[in-house]
Amino acid sequence: MSQEYNFAYLDEQTKRMIRRAILKGLAIPGYQVPFASREMPMPYGWGTGGVQVTAACLTPADTLKVIDQGADDTTNAVSIRKFFERTAGVATTESTRDATVIQTRHRIPEEPLTEDQILVYQVPIPEPLRFLEPRETETRVMHALEDYGLMHVKLYEDIARNGEIATAYAYPVKVEERYVMDPSPIPKFDNPRLESAAIQLFGAGREQRIYALPPYTQVVSLDFEDHPFNPSKADHPCALCGADHTYLDEVITDDQGGRMFVCSDTDYCSRRQADGHRGDMAPPVLEALS
Amino acid sequence: MQIAAQRGFDMPAYDSANAFRAAMSAIARPGTIQTIAPIAADLPFSQAAAVLLLTLCDHETSLFLAPDLDTPEARHWIAFHCGAPLATKADAMFALGSWDALAPLDDYAQGTPEYPDRSATLIVEMPEITQAGPRLTGPGIQTEAYLALPDTASLMANHAKFPRGVDLFLTSGCQIAALPRSTKIEVR
Repeated sequence: MSQEYNFAYLDEQTKRMIRRAILKGLAIPGYQVPFASREMPMPYGWGTGGVQVTAACLTPADTLKVIDQGADDTTNAVSIRKFFERTAGVATTESTRDATVIQTRHRIPEEPLTEDQILVYQVPIPEPLRFLEPRETETRVMHALEDYGLMHVKLYEDIARNGEIATAYAYPVKVEERYVMDPSPIPKFDNPRLESAAIQLFGAGREQRIYALPPYTQVVSLDFEDHPFNPSKADHPCALCGADHTYLDEVITDDQGGRMFVCSDTDYCSRRQADGHRGDMAPPVLEALS
Repeated sequence: MQIAAQRGFDMPAYDSANAFRAAMSAIARPGTIQTIAPIAADLPFSQAAAVLLLTLCDHETSLFLAPDLDTPEARHWIAFHCGAPLATKADAMFALGSWDALAPLDDYAQGTPEYPDRSATLIVEMPEITQAGPRLTGPGIQTEAYLALPDTASLMANHAKFPRGVDLFLTSGCQIAALPRSTKIEVR
């Protein structure tokens, strides 16, 4: 184990402060708890909130997985994983099933999470009302009074202009019939999985907010009776594993209009391929990579 | 007066991380009973309560120490290991004592409508923690849970104030359970 840093980088007093905020967040699901966010050795927007929450939760026995838009191998995920390998000495994995703590940027893993897991979200703008009302003093009062009419007007205007609710990510939810919450910029496809067996923690570093969902908390995506919530997805199967039930990334393959749709969750897709599932483009693409 | 020094965590970074996970599991899953690793200290309160103080309290958190536990040994240990300033009920972020010494709940900070997190957390020393008690439902509970509570009526009133209200940790020996304000309580 590396001895250059205190365990998980943060000093003990900072971790106590974050832990107190997490406990209050779990006691008031969906409510944004202010916390004294620290400067981290990475820029705002790179998951400083998620990193601080993960640091406050990790124990030496944990196995950490970090994903960025579902992928374990993108820059953000790799650098945060290496950060905790070096500063906490914890085991890391790319397998959703083997992880005890998962830090995520903008996806919920396809594999259903268990009671033994913690999912930590990186959040850029924690306030779902921020683009409708820029003043924090006002949004605080709106949450206090449960005054969410403005959000419904916004969704209604979406329908009036576009014929449907055009919000595709960071789709607002109501938690336990009380707080409207921003689920972070996950695709609305993931919204139904916000009701989970795992503890879900949300950290916004620049905005200095932590919020939480205990297991089995009721989370309802906002909608209207005549325009029910629709967790839409691209109308294709995965080109590598053939899955027709997963969230897909569109990948441009040439400058002739060629493209393919592949699972955004790399661990889930490769596990399916290892189990023998094959999509339309699996053999040639795999040969091209090897 | 000479007071024998009592120990805190042997390995503060690791021990507090493990203790926090127990505390977090307790409050995220009301009705479950978590077990913490004891510390080598002889104190007037339980090991579980001592570990919660070490994990959550420091010079930034005011603490109300109920009269039944307010001994020179307890004050000395808290001052040395936590540095938490002792405060009245109304000014306390944390409170430690038996239920009879801590009640009523209205004496503590309840949070404001805009900032309901600015409320007290009570660490209630119990003779024992059992699941023979009222039915609990709400966030963190898949279907239902049961937990013996010190005073059902006042805790139901606490839940009725949601999102304001206080949060409880119940401690006995090395065991921790929790009752956040979000939990609905029904007497069978």
